[in-house]
Amino acid sequence: MLDLARIAAVVRKDVRSELRNRYSINALAMFVVTAVATILFALRSESPGPASLSGMYWVVVFFSAMSGLARVFVSEEERGTALTLQLTTSSGVLFAGKLAVNVALTMLLTAAVTALYLIAFPTFVLRTPETFLLTVIFGSIGFASASTILAAIIAKANSRGTLYPVLAFPVLIPLLMTVMSATERALEGEPLAAAAGDLQVLVGYCLIMIAGSFLLFDFVWSE
Amino acid sequence: MAWVRIGSILLITYTLVAGILTPMVPSPQGAFEFPLIPGLEEKARNIFFHVPSAWTTVVAFLVALWYGGKYLRTRQIEDDLASEAAAGLGLMFCILATVTGALWAKFNWGSFWNWDPRQTSIFILLLIYGAYFALRSAVEVEETRARLSAVYAILAGLTVPFFIFVLPRLVGGLHPGAAGDPDGTGPVVSLQMTGPMFIVFFAGLIGFNLLFVWMFDLRVRASRLAYRRSLHEG
Repeated sequence: MLDLARIAAVVRKDVRSELRNRYSINALAMFVVTAVATILFALRSESPGPASLSGMYWVVVFFSAMSGLARVFVSEEERGTALTLQLTTSSGVLFAGKLAVNVALTMLLTAAVTALYLIAFPTFVLRTPETFLLTVIFGSIGFASASTILAAIIAKANSRGTLYPVLAFPVLIPLLMTVMSATERALEGEPLAAAAGDLQVLVGYCLIMIAGSFLLFDFVWSE
Repeated sequence: MAWVRIGSILLITYTLVAGILTPMVPSPQGAFEFPLIPGLEEKARNIFFHVPSAWTTVVAFLVALWYGGKYLRTRQIEDDLASEAAAGLGLMFCILATVTGALWAKFNWGSFWNWDPRQTSIFILLLIYGAYFALRSAVEVEETRARLSAVYAILAGLTVPFFIFVLPRLVGGLHPGAAGDPDGTGPVVSLQMTGPMFIVFFAGLIGFNLLFVWMFDLRVRASRLAYRRSLHEG
């Protein structure tokens, strides 16, 4: 079922169509800049501590992801290419490809937010970079795995823009709470071992969500 | 169904009367006295109503999940109607559990809401139910609506173990069963009750469940009738 060459073909198709109009990347970049600027205006000369910084970091990632990750399936429905995809690709392969695209997009997103935070907030110092790196990698995978199947769900529904965060928030809460706690540890300079519990929960969440999505995706996708 | 109706009326009436009227004394004797647990005192009576509604919320969620999964296999619209009926009742019991819990928190912990892990979990459960109905109202075609909402219910159900088993261990809290609770016997409740309290407690638990079965049956039948009528008219 999982043919790597076919998955790569789905990824290549999405990357190529993204590079042609740059819809997702442009929207995401503008969203991130706007969100961080708003936070900076709101804070003025305040210097936030690790707890609020890690919270604001993931709030920006959450809402930016909500504005960009739904595109993978919504664009297929809007351009009328969903039926062609159903005919030419098995749903397992398609889901794996779309998941890979979204993981890459979320990692780009977290990289951009991290760079902006490092520049904008003098108190945003990664005292334990290895904890932060692992958190961001598994956090991105977890974010993308839950968001991809939800994107497929809302692509079939009306009022997509507002519905997506509403559906995603309860599902993403365990992930958000764990990544916030792990990021706070990384900013406070606690050793990697202190975040071991958080990272275990993160990996568990990723595995459960990916397995569940693979089993359920066919029901969403095939009419 | 007659025994379900009679049973739920009798058991809930018994829980109301016995749970509120039985005196609480420091050293209880016999079947008609409850122990006075220090720190809880008369507020302990809430356990007969709060825990059964929270329990029924979870049962309703599992029933909605079960019928959602069944719909995905059988594609019978009746299963989707049953899933929706269970979710609606679950939302009602969830609100009851949240309100009784918030009242209990006010008089035992000092404020209605303090983001205890259990309060967080029930808040998320409310959000899941809310999102489920938001999704249902955003899809017009019946089969698509049934498919998507079943998938969403199962996906949301996958996160529930995190709230029950993982979250209370990560964040400290005041609810029995939290990380710092020395008497915590299980993930959700700690049982410091004596015999007579147990009887009233389980009467309430079974009574609430029977009430759920009764209401569920009524709602499923009503929504089937409405569905058939819509087929004739549409």
